Amino acid sequence: MKENPSLKSGSRLERTLAAGHFAVTAELGPPKGTDIEVIRKKAAFLKDRVDGVNLTDNQTAVVRMSSIGAGVLCVQMGLEPVVQMVCRDRNRIAMQSDILGATALGIRNLLCLSGDHQCFGNHGCAKNVYDIDSIQQLSMMKRLRDDKKFCNSNDPVEGEVPLFLGAAENPFAHPQAFRALRLKKKVEAGADFIQTQVIYDMDIFREWMKQVRNLGLHEQCHILAGVIPLKSAGMARYMAEKVSGVILPDTYIQRMAGAAKGQAAEEGIKICLEQIDALRTIEGVHGIHLMAIEWEHKVPHILERAGLAVRPSV
Amino acid sequence: MVKAIRKPLEEITEAIKPYQRVLVLGCGGCVSVCLCGGQKEADQLAALLASESCDTPKQTTSWTIERQCNREFMGSLPDKIKEVDCILSMACGAGVQLVAECFPDKPVFPAVNTVCIGIDRDIGWYEERCRACGECVLSYTGGICPVSRCAKSLFNGPCGGTGRDENCEVDKGIPCAWVEIWKRLSTQNRTDNILSLRPAMAWQNQKQRTLLQPEYEKRYLKS
Repeated sequence: MKENPSLKSGSRLERTLAAGHFAVTAELGPPKGTDIEVIRKKAAFLKDRVDGVNLTDNQTAVVRMSSIGAGVLCVQMGLEPVVQMVCRDRNRIAMQSDILGATALGIRNLLCLSGDHQCFGNHGCAKNVYDIDSIQQLSMMKRLRDDKKFCNSNDPVEGEVPLFLGAAENPFAHPQAFRALRLKKKVEAGADFIQTQVIYDMDIFREWMKQVRNLGLHEQCHILAGVIPLKSAGMARYMAEKVSGVILPDTYIQRMAGAAKGQAAEEGIKICLEQIDALRTIEGVHGIHLMAIEWEHKVPHILERAGLAVRPSV
Repeated sequence: MVKAIRKPLEEITEAIKPYQRVLVLGCGGCVSVCLCGGQKEADQLAALLASESCDTPKQTTSWTIERQCNREFMGSLPDKIKEVDCILSMACGAGVQLVAECFPDKPVFPAVNTVCIGIDRDIGWYEERCRACGECVLSYTGGICPVSRCAKSLFNGPCGGTGRDENCEVDKGIPCAWVEIWKRLSTQNRTDNILSLRPAMAWQNQKQRTLLQPEYEKRYLKS
């Protein structure tokens, strides 16, 4: 299962980070149905070019194929999944049960999240669960893995639960003074790696990373910086105005709007590459999480130009 | 106190459709305070249901008792109820149920939707503050409830959706509970209250609860 006993899961992502390489993860949104071809197509662009692929869990509360189901399909296709699991839809019983099943099916990376509120999706009248929050979820999964005990029970867990545990953090959301301290809670709860919210404002991110380093958190967890390439000026405006917790400086909107006809996508990729270059120089940033939303086919191109397309063998 | 709001008239008339003589039963408790189901509102609803503006006007009587959630206040009801085909209760969900329990032969219908335990912001303006989770955490959250005021009921801090306006991402009219908690605890130099991990909640509101105040236990627990 895992050859190196010092590793928690032995996942490719964990091995890459443990070896000190700059890691790359990407995102793959499961289909709104059972069409495996959708996954196969997206997977083809990502295979061998990233260290892990995040399978979103009914993102924006729109019903899609389960992240675990899509994750297992990724395993079969030769990609390493990072399964996302939100607290919105499952109580602690279902979360533990599902992750035991997922682990048995070969999932090794789990990202613990609160989840988008159901009012944003296509089942706004649904009742949410929020039995536990994402920090309690991390504690629960760590206990399952390290102590081999269930959340509220000392009954032994049968077999190993080799999971590399991740969490999200948004350095741009308010109250900003609490954000690094909240990350500390996540690390204490069990986060081995962090994938951040999309970064456009590098000044705020640098300041947050400074706080993170002052708390010593960059040595206790691996921080992967979130990037989203802009496809158009319209998308830039939408991200700036409509997406909660995103700060997108006006200069980027102007650059996207000022691009020559047909060149906006190229401008967006240029901005993305500048951001990746800047992020690589920040102490404590151990990788990027490239979320090319419904733009998976551009990932190879972006990673090649960033000099990150060849992944280390670990 | 409990806050409620009257159901749409169409829903009420649909529920009482088969019945001609209706007792509109007001409650002098919480629903009276929140201007929803007290004597005045009961009189108004009775008049409305009897008026020609309804498709099938009813023969209505209005009557308000001090509280519908306590049997002691129902002494006047048996005589009233004899004269009607159904009861339209304007009390909260608890009051409706006790009236129905006390008069099991008579159909009882709710005229209001019970919304929350809340505070009075101004006349006719109320805000939710408590979901009766049974495990109050206000001592470490600066007197601001994360269960009722955070849309995700988070216990360890805010989600990632709070923008520059410091409002909840689900409704720009609602301040982020955790921003408020952070600010209040900062003012009181108590932010350490929320820096340690808060373990998973032992939910107390997942089955019907019965309370016996300790000093009265002997009175009810005979053995």
